[in-house]
Amino acid sequence: MRAPILTLYAVAIYAFLHLPLVILGVFSFNRSKFTHWEGFSLRWYEAALRDRTLLESAWNSLLIASFATLLSTAIGTLAAHAIWKRSAPWLSTSLYVSLVTPEIVTGVSLLALFQIVFRVLHLQLGMHTVVLAHVSFCLVYVVMVVLARLRTIDASYEEAAQDLGATPWQAFWQVTLPMLRPGIVAAALLAFTTSLDDYVITSLVAGVDSETLPMIIYGMARRGVNPAVNAISTLIVFGLGVLIVISQRLEHKA
Amino acid sequence: MNLRRLFLLPAALVTGLLFLVPLGIVLVYSLMTRGPYGGQGAPWTIENYQRFFDPLYGQILLRSFLIATETTVLCLILGFPLAWFIARSGPRRELYLQLVMLPFWTSFLVRTYAWVFLLRDTGLFNTLLLALGIINEPLPLLYNHGAVLLGLVYCSLPLAVLPIYSTLERLDYSLVEAAADLGARPFETLREVVIPVSAPGLRAAAFLVFIPALGTYLTSDLLGGGSTILIGNLVQNQFTTARDWPFGAAASLILMGIVLIGMKLVTRKGEELM
Repeated sequence: MRAPILTLYAVAIYAFLHLPLVILGVFSFNRSKFTHWEGFSLRWYEAALRDRTLLESAWNSLLIASFATLLSTAIGTLAAHAIWKRSAPWLSTSLYVSLVTPEIVTGVSLLALFQIVFRVLHLQLGMHTVVLAHVSFCLVYVVMVVLARLRTIDASYEEAAQDLGATPWQAFWQVTLPMLRPGIVAAALLAFTTSLDDYVITSLVAGVDSETLPMIIYGMARRGVNPAVNAISTLIVFGLGVLIVISQRLEHKA
Repeated sequence: MNLRRLFLLPAALVTGLLFLVPLGIVLVYSLMTRGPYGGQGAPWTIENYQRFFDPLYGQILLRSFLIATETTVLCLILGFPLAWFIARSGPRRELYLQLVMLPFWTSFLVRTYAWVFLLRDTGLFNTLLLALGIINEPLPLLYNHGAVLLGLVYCSLPLAVLPIYSTLERLDYSLVEAAADLGARPFETLREVVIPVSAPGLRAAAFLVFIPALGTYLTSDLLGGGSTILIGNLVQNQFTTARDWPFGAAASLILMGIVLIGMKLVTRKGEELM
């Protein structure tokens, strides 16, 4: 293929990937309720921000994502370090299988687990079950990102620290962890965005009082015309986009 | 207990208690019988698996396979030239690659919804075509096989580009030049040099696209409506509306089995995706 054709092709694919989101963003500022352009307006953003259910679900989402991020980042960083030092094939394999497992399968199997546990303990589905589910699927992303970062670090730093009298914990905490920081932040942002966006697993393990933002958006998208969805979606894409750009910067920083 | 074991423990607990044990429960459920009011219990049976040979469910499995295969082929064909373009674009390739991945990382749900917004009867395409007088009735663009396929390709294309790019980036371009010097036409160079070298990337890409597409639930639900029931929708339906957990469990495990076979096929030569 000659270069100009290839460039044209690339432009077309980039347009295909980005235009639907751009159009959605543009129409979120449309005064009309319908898809005719009737002039610029912020009414749908106002409507979205005044919607109680929506705000509550957004709050739930942020809360769940924060807890899930904290837990999965801490657990995943430690695990990545242990795998890096001497591989734990059983854990790597389980994590890898969990990565390729279809979301719907993960979702129903967690639902089956919670149902059994709760029958014994007389508890109900709620925010806690959502957080647990999110930790379990965010964990593998954290391990992957942190492990990639660890592989660029020379293991002899830690050994040197230990030769100089540091305990293994001190060597990890004071030598390796500071070098790992950009990777950990990138992993945390990835876990956070993954948690915020999940619908399939969340909808299965959420209780009645723990609706998340994706669940509301999904419901609105199914019911039909409601331009407030365009407004929220635009906010989400923009917000997550900024987070992702930051995370990629951190990941690629030497 | 040494530090390394201590570091592994929480992750092992999470993976064991929140991934492996639940899968085990699903396995046990798949061998049980549905109770009269939902729920499950004895007698033990393999009937839930046998039900899959019923033409109705066989058709769902076949349809899922078909749409996942179509998605994979389209993503490889569309993604390869783009990956080549990025790999050959010098210092800007990081930027170009990030431009592919950026929409991918934002929101799966919103990207699927964007196509609902574009394709439905009162959506942008139909509104435009009606306004321009090209059509008199809205075209039925949404809730069919084509819409689901479009949504899947749209969402998975970045996943195909990434691994193809990483093998093409390592491709020694002098091989391509040498082939041309020796008289190979561009197509021959592609077939004899470029494709064999990028085979691991193509295989990884096919796997990364095929597996999620096979288990898709959200895309077929939002863009296919009730018209395209796939295996993911079947599982979801059995666990929520139909409340036949044993059959839903069997369906999940059949899906899981296909995934594991696919994974074995891709990683057999010691290639690590992780």
